[in-house]
Amino acid sequence: MNHIALKMLMGDKGKYLGIVMGLTFASLIMTQQPAIFLGIMSRTYSFIADVGLPDIWVMDPKVQFVDDIKPLQDTELYRVRGISGVQWAMPMYKGLLKARLTDGRFQTCNVVGLDDATLIGGPPVMLEGKIDDLRRSDSVIVDIDGARDKLGKPSPTVGGKPTPLKIGDSLELNDRRAIVVGIAKVSRTFQSQPVVYTTYSRAKSYAPRERKLLSFVLVKAKKGQDLAELTRRIHETTGLAAYTQAEFKTLTFEYFIHNTGIPINFGTSVLLGFIVGAAIAGQTFYNFTLGNLLQFGVLKAMGTSNWTLLRMILLQAVLVGSIGYGLGVGLTAVFGFAMRHTILAFKFPWQLLLFSGAGVSLICVFAAIISILKVIRLEPAIVFKG
Amino acid sequence: MNPAVRCQNVVKTYDTGGQKVTALNGINLDIAMGELMMLVGPSGCGKTTLISVIAGILDQDDGSCEVFGEDLLNMRSRDKLNFRARNIGFVFQAFNLLPSLNAAENVSVPLIINGMKRIEAERKAITILEHVGLGERWQSLPSQLSGGQQQRVAIARALVHSPRLIVCDEPTSALDHETGRNVMALLKDVALHKDRTLVIVTHDARIFDFADRIAEMDDGHIIKVKSTK
Repeated sequence: MNHIALKMLMGDKGKYLGIVMGLTFASLIMTQQPAIFLGIMSRTYSFIADVGLPDIWVMDPKVQFVDDIKPLQDTELYRVRGISGVQWAMPMYKGLLKARLTDGRFQTCNVVGLDDATLIGGPPVMLEGKIDDLRRSDSVIVDIDGARDKLGKPSPTVGGKPTPLKIGDSLELNDRRAIVVGIAKVSRTFQSQPVVYTTYSRAKSYAPRERKLLSFVLVKAKKGQDLAELTRRIHETTGLAAYTQAEFKTLTFEYFIHNTGIPINFGTSVLLGFIVGAAIAGQTFYNFTLGNLLQFGVLKAMGTSNWTLLRMILLQAVLVGSIGYGLGVGLTAVFGFAMRHTILAFKFPWQLLLFSGAGVSLICVFAAIISILKVIRLEPAIVFKG
Repeated sequence: MNPAVRCQNVVKTYDTGGQKVTALNGINLDIAMGELMMLVGPSGCGKTTLISVIAGILDQDDGSCEVFGEDLLNMRSRDKLNFRARNIGFVFQAFNLLPSLNAAENVSVPLIINGMKRIEAERKAITILEHVGLGERWQSLPSQLSGGQQQRVAIARALVHSPRLIVCDEPTSALDHETGRNVMALLKDVALHKDRTLVIVTHDARIFDFADRIAEMDDGHIIKVKSTK
């Protein structure tokens, strides 16, 4: 009977395509929108992910997310270094500073100051130059996206693309000269500001005069040291907040989840996609069953059981669901691939496949149930009513 | 010898919007094995209700209807399905072929319902299609066949699993005179034999001469049963 069910489904090409397209649309929306959402949310903690070497981040206890800088006194660095289980602890400055460009424009930059001696916390990938070049006077490393776009020199032609900043070019940070000695590849951040790396001491000279300028203390635990135990010890000894990298990412992620409208906006899109997809696919599938009611009646009159008819309808629903899901997910993947070099945030983990798969399954079950109920209640005597 | 079908005091009432309509009002009818019985009468007289009860696709409210000695009303649902699948063939006014299946696939449906493998069922279906003169058209979809050809496919479908009872609802009313008579001739020729009974509901007076007996119905009653012999 499976063969008959499939032939019935595909016999009416228009309805068949209608159901598949409805499910494709639902699957696309339920995958693409969350993928963009996850992409945006992953940018909130991309800076933490880029700084891969330290095990623990130490900061002011009131810090709520990675860009919520509440500076510490430099002496806190030495206190952390003195705690047992700490292999090393390095300072990091992170702050938004205005850069004056060669054409006189100002651009806010995310300035990151690295420990002068070790340069720990530097950019993950150097495209041009070396990170050691930061030891040269007035040197900075800028990220490639910033260099190409916001920090770029104005185009000589009206409306043209800016000329990318390159090694040897200069800019001003708080009236102090900064020479570009390297171009780095960093993950895009949520605020999409250009990232400028320099040494900790130079960053302090760029920053406005303040009593406290230490943003984070980056800690490497000794081999075999339990990280949870060490974070607890740092907190108890210094009164500062200490998070593992994963905990700091979660803290940042949850801040954006709870304090921005992003989840609601994307959640609404996903929900609408689900509802519209369910409505289209459910209605079309139900209409398809209604259109075939006489055929189901004939099969019932000839001795087909309700259970067999139910299996036939489920098979039809599973087939259109699988095709629609595959097309939707495929289109999402194509979309993500096409957008990989653009500013658009896109993250497509395997869990998202399960999420949209569950959504499409729910739609198919819903569509199948309303159809099955109609067929089960069907009186086979309908076959003699013309 | 027991009749193929025995209806005794069969009553069926429909509830249409709070109003009771008696479709069958104490029907008594015996149909013998090997007989071609026609049920005739004006629209709404209960013909279709009666063949629905005889075919086991509608339960009567009162009375008994035995088919080959089995009381379908008291049969379990599963047993009734199996009984229908094995013993009854259907021919409909509008053919009711599955439009997306070709002729052989349509004819093979009752065999598949009875558990036969598809390939084997289709092979047997092609053989039956040859008997009804459509051996060459087994791959055609219903939409590619004329009305008469579709009805011949429907007859092949009704016969393929060798049922003992074939019920036909207005099998010729969608066909022109000559095609209708050809279909009836075919039906009588290939379907009727001493181990099989045909019950045909019809308005079509042009085919009455194919019947062994004709039961005239009116207002839920059988008012006359006459032999054509």
